[in-house]
Amino acid sequence: MSEEKSITPCNKKDKWVTGEIYTPQGSVPVVSTDLHFKDMLGAWKVRWGIGRMNYKINPEIYAIGKPDHTSPVLVSANYKLTFDTLRKELSELNCWVLILDTKGINVWCAAGKGTFGTDELVNRISKTGLADIVSHRTLILPQLGAPGVSAHEVTRRTGFSVVYGPVRACDIKDFLVSGFKATEEMRTVKFTMWDRLVLTPVELVAAVKISLMVFGVLFLINLFAARTFGLADFIIYVGAVVTGTVLTPMLLCFIPGRAFSWKGWLLGLCWTAGFIGFNGWFVPEFLLLAIGYLLILPSLSGFLAMNFTGSSTYTSFSGVIKEMKIAVPLMVLSSAAGIVLVLIKSLWT
Amino acid sequence: MRYKYLKNVTTLCLSAEKCICCGRCTEVCPHGVFGIHDKKARIKDKDWCMGCGACAINCPVKAIDVDVGVGCAAAVIIGWLTRSEPSCDFQASENAAKK
Repeated sequence: MSEEKSITPCNKKDKWVTGEIYTPQGSVPVVSTDLHFKDMLGAWKVRWGIGRMNYKINPEIYAIGKPDHTSPVLVSANYKLTFDTLRKELSELNCWVLILDTKGINVWCAAGKGTFGTDELVNRISKTGLADIVSHRTLILPQLGAPGVSAHEVTRRTGFSVVYGPVRACDIKDFLVSGFKATEEMRTVKFTMWDRLVLTPVELVAAVKISLMVFGVLFLINLFAARTFGLADFIIYVGAVVTGTVLTPMLLCFIPGRAFSWKGWLLGLCWTAGFIGFNGWFVPEFLLLAIGYLLILPSLSGFLAMNFTGSSTYTSFSGVIKEMKIAVPLMVLSSAAGIVLVLIKSLWT
Repeated sequence: MRYKYLKNVTTLCLSAEKCICCGRCTEVCPHGVFGIHDKKARIKDKDWCMGCGACAINCPVKAIDVDVGVGCAAAVIIGWLTRSEPSCDFQASENAAKK
């Protein structure tokens, strides 16, 4: 009777769904712990910002291996990249994965917004009938879900106690084996150069979209300019964009100072001054252009680098506000002055 | 390698009198800000705090207070432009502003 019902709607043609398992509440899809080509292509696409806001799976509950009523319950988000990162670490385990509806957002960001939150968790527990699927009363939440979930509140409302697991999915096996003990290392967020690098394509793509408008404007100016914008101008601009969106995030911890806009500005200054010197623009004839670019481009790199605060793992709201109150006016003034100089050089050479 | 953002910007504060030493804050903090000393939680270094609020929401006796928010410049700018709360999602923020 109730075995006819399936708790989690899913497309059985999806390669990551390998079967189903029956529970007193209905059937639950069993998912693979291997990633296939389609999963990896999907991950690559969202890293480049393609369909990133709509890469999700259905919430409710999934099974890994052959779980029974004593198997642990892991809680996660319905962003497919998150789900894939988790399930590929669960090979040879038998467990349940309770998926919250975070609107396709990863655990940490969703916890910050409250969609990976107490209410959603409590509702999802009752909607799936979790209390009849498992006989124990323990949930393992990702530690980065903690900003959205009040553990004692969940216990009060559902009877399930909450244990926060490790930050990274790759530590889950060790965590389970050790009887739910996370080492200090498992509890701490890292931000390696690789972690930072995979986040840069999205920043770059966003900057390119806006840059196309800049190129449009420059093209129009070129129609009646005395000095037209050419390849050298293109290179110095693109260099400043790459400095702000890719180079600064990558070299983040090696650049002196703390504010992201400062780090980006400093690296942007090195690039701009270096390129101007290389091009021989430090001469009276090109001085307006050189100073103009020195006012605009480091600010641009700084601005783009400042936007990386949202991708970073350690910037606070109060800190970002403090940084922006100082940096944004300076960047705006400097760029405005620089644009005037560059335009003077272009139109009235 | 431990990252530190700006100095003296965090609003984190902990009331030792209220603390019942359940250890939850040490469990949830992603930057290891808390330690236990003499059966009380204590703050090791305030400047490690990123204001995520995990400790405050999970403290059963409300001994921790911190201003919570996203440390994201883009979200702040979107908030300024749409005159609403800082948000990472431009569309959602626009819709909220319309309401």
